[in-house]
Amino acid sequence: MLTGLKQLAARIRAFFRTSDLDRDFDAELESHVTLLAEDYLRRGMTPDQAERSARLDLGGLTQLRESHREIRGVPFIETLLQDLRYTLRTLRRDAGFTTFAILTVGLGIGASSTIFSVVSALLIRPLPFRDPGRLVWIANDGNEGDLSAQTVPVGPFVDLRDHNRSLSGIAAYYAFYGVGDSKMTGDGEPERLSAVPVSQNLFPLLGLQAQLGRLFTAGECQADDPVVLLSAGLWKRRFASDPNIVGRKLRLNDRLLTVIGVMPASFDFSSAFAPGSQIDLFVPLPLTRDVDRRGNTLSMIGRLKPGFTLQQAQAEASVLSEPIRVRHNRDELRFKLGLLEDHVRGPMRPAILVLACAVGVVMLIVCANLSNLQLARTAARKKEMAIRVALGAGPGRLIRQMLTESVLLSCCAAVLGLILAVAGTRVLAHLDALSLPLRESVHIDVAALAFTVLIAVLTGLIFGLVPALQVRAGAVHDSLKDANRGSSEGRGHQWIRATLVVSEIAFACVLLVGAGLLIRSFLRVLDVNLGFRPERAAVVRVDPSSQYPTQAQRNAYFDEVLRLVKSVPGIDAAGLTDVLPLGHNRSWSAGAKDQVYSKDHPPPDVFVRMVSDGYLKAMGIPLRSGRDLTERDSPSSKPVMLINETLARTVWHGRDPIGQIATYVDVDRQVVGVVADVRHLALEQGSGCEMYLPIRQTNDYSSVDLVVRTTLPPAGLASAVRIALKPVEPNLSGSEFRTLQQIVDKAVSPRRFVVLLLAGFSAFALILASLGIYGVISYSVNQRTQEIGIRMALGASARDLQARIILQTLGLATIGMLIGVTASWILTRALSKLLFGVTATDPVTFIGMLGILTMVAITAGYFPARRASRIDPMAALRAN
Amino acid sequence: MAETKSDILQGTLDLMVLKTLDAMGPLHGYGIARRIEQLSEEALLVNQGTIYLCLVRLVQKGWIKGEWGTSENNRKAKFYSISKTGRKQLIAETENWERVSGVIGKLLQLSTQS
Repeated sequence: MLTGLKQLAARIRAFFRTSDLDRDFDAELESHVTLLAEDYLRRGMTPDQAERSARLDLGGLTQLRESHREIRGVPFIETLLQDLRYTLRTLRRDAGFTTFAILTVGLGIGASSTIFSVVSALLIRPLPFRDPGRLVWIANDGNEGDLSAQTVPVGPFVDLRDHNRSLSGIAAYYAFYGVGDSKMTGDGEPERLSAVPVSQNLFPLLGLQAQLGRLFTAGECQADDPVVLLSAGLWKRRFASDPNIVGRKLRLNDRLLTVIGVMPASFDFSSAFAPGSQIDLFVPLPLTRDVDRRGNTLSMIGRLKPGFTLQQAQAEASVLSEPIRVRHNRDELRFKLGLLEDHVRGPMRPAILVLACAVGVVMLIVCANLSNLQLARTAARKKEMAIRVALGAGPGRLIRQMLTESVLLSCCAAVLGLILAVAGTRVLAHLDALSLPLRESVHIDVAALAFTVLIAVLTGLIFGLVPALQVRAGAVHDSLKDANRGSSEGRGHQWIRATLVVSEIAFACVLLVGAGLLIRSFLRVLDVNLGFRPERAAVVRVDPSSQYPTQAQRNAYFDEVLRLVKSVPGIDAAGLTDVLPLGHNRSWSAGAKDQVYSKDHPPPDVFVRMVSDGYLKAMGIPLRSGRDLTERDSPSSKPVMLINETLARTVWHGRDPIGQIATYVDVDRQVVGVVADVRHLALEQGSGCEMYLPIRQTNDYSSVDLVVRTTLPPAGLASAVRIALKPVEPNLSGSEFRTLQQIVDKAVSPRRFVVLLLAGFSAFALILASLGIYGVISYSVNQRTQEIGIRMALGASARDLQARIILQTLGLATIGMLIGVTASWILTRALSKLLFGVTATDPVTFIGMLGILTMVAITAGYFPARRASRIDPMAALRAN
Repeated sequence: MAETKSDILQGTLDLMVLKTLDAMGPLHGYGIARRIEQLSEEALLVNQGTIYLCLVRLVQKGWIKGEWGTSENNRKAKFYSISKTGRKQLIAETENWERVSGVIGKLLQLSTQS
């Protein structure tokens, strides 16, 4: 042990005094020769003979020195340094190749590291809560997009919280908080903020501490005290991270709230629970009768007790749900438990996995491409290699040299890739228009760095391996003898290069087909009949402030808002609504009055909107029959409603619904009109039943949006609308003006994100594959210059030659495409979750992509073919 | 790096060099090589170069020390002498060698008898 250490120390010392030791060793060998020669002299040899024999006895001096160095120093590092020096020299000489290699690998690594960061943030890294694996999301059994069917009232929440024994706690937040519900006035520009009411135990349950101040107390929540917690984002943005913020009073919706604390920056409510929106404040959620009366409003999160599994908790919740259902008279109540992680990550998982696979395929193409280039270079460097072998380099040494070269290249590229990835992740994290859960936490961390290094080395090894082994296969002898025979590059060599190109084409084909399917789905989604026309429409938040406490006052306010905004030139129509499409949704059970509903035949869940007259026109929702709402549908007039076609079909089964009485929560309303279905949940999802109630006949809205339809580009109207509304709404801020198109864009943003990335990857793959084809074909043309010369001399026309070479290209492409199409046929099934309106084996996409690939292949083959046909036969024959 | 061949020889050569230095006192590489040749009566053909590799290794392990000096006929040469740890190692190696050769001897007798 000690001896081993001593030896290692000696070796490392030796590493730093190489030349000294070399000289010492040489002197020693020299003295040996002298002594030996003297002996021989004494035995009667001539001095020449003696010297010669002495040297012979000692053996090969060079080899001896080499082995001496090996046992003396740290040969691994010494060789490595030598190889690196040599590689740098070669690479500098071959600047074109180096640049190309670093660029392609750099792009590939950049994409890989970015996607890795996305995967790591969205799918792998634990949620930013304490022990997140034991947090469960407790949904009411229902449609993902329908918040009313996902949430429960206060009563069942309290019962489940108090009676279950498999969860150590259940907390809730009020799911129907409105984005922009809280209007902050006072110092500075008025601003709409989003506040989420949370139960007292939510933050403790998630394992969060306030970074400043404290969390809510039980008393504060019970009494609905005027206190508020700030998100780290708001604290930083609006209050410049003021350390004395605690205790300050904020005026929100004309109510003074005391700031009691600031949440940590690591906690981003919206990124986990409401992707794409921004949550600024948290207020206490009182578990009162008043909140209970609002119906299904609470989203629940629980924490599993140690030793309990999700299945056990689910089983218990199912048992408990029965008495709770009866007690609260809510037939539809179920408790469906799932891991919080799955709830947050589940929806994006397939798309992100597809991206990860795609980037993997891109990297493989990069490797194949560089492998091919390296092979070409190796062929050109055959003589150099042969000379090195002749000078005593073993095959292992040559392989190491080649691998050092490729790994060095990919490590340089990794630097470029890392820069790209840092930029890419930063852009992603700040892309607020993109609603992806946990998007804000995408960044390059230690894991991503490690991944980058790993992938750089791996890439280098992979793309260096084939050429390196090829060096070994090419015997010294042959290459010294016939390197320039022109006619015959080794068959094996050509075969490997063709295989690489074929695999490139196959990979590119898979990517193209995948991207093509998603692009077509995306186009289909954009093409979907939304039921409303988003173009040339804009939205402004106009919640009636607390100075209008009565319904009559609020209705007067609405009249005034509509009147003022309609006077703005360019505005065609204006209307009010409490819920915009593609936002929050709530549903009530509603049915025909003359029908008997029972447990087995329940009334349908109907999405509810409170709207004013003009809303249909402003949104561009077609009226199918009956009449629109008017100003005269007021509290004093007959209660009326509009329904959509699906509701008409579901409840009245083809009978004319106009004039029929519908009933919900003990209210009767007469149906006066039927409107087209609107895709309220998501573009990809049908609309379900909908009803539109006159906003003037109800109090049941928490926010009001004004929708205007314009003849001018809507974005330009923001200031005109603001000025027009000034008399009734002096505190309107500019940020509240959104176009309807922005809302739609945001809804499709995750799909657009995936499609854009995948299309980018495919384009990159296509370029690489075409370069690969070009490389191989032009190389084979170069190799066969002589053959081509002979053919031409024998009378082959330029056209023949071109056709021959292009056919050769097409041959390669066809094999690649055959493999690629077969693979795609199998693999695209995994995409089916992401597809919309196309099947996984959509023939249009397959044929289209094959067409593109063929075109690219022909183009890539055309240039070398043209060059070949212009070869001067005399020059070709004379060469070599 | 033909390690497989020298590996078998290495231990033996180490032992021979150590023993030579122990018995003869400080010697230069040539002297050691000659001595081993003479003792083995040319039966053991040692590539003289490998002696030097062996010496480097032994120096690294701290079992011998090398110092430049002048030979009897006034030539510059590096003289090696055995160190204290080298002696200890020699004793251990000798015992080990005797044990192994005894076992092998017995084994070989056994196989001729049967």
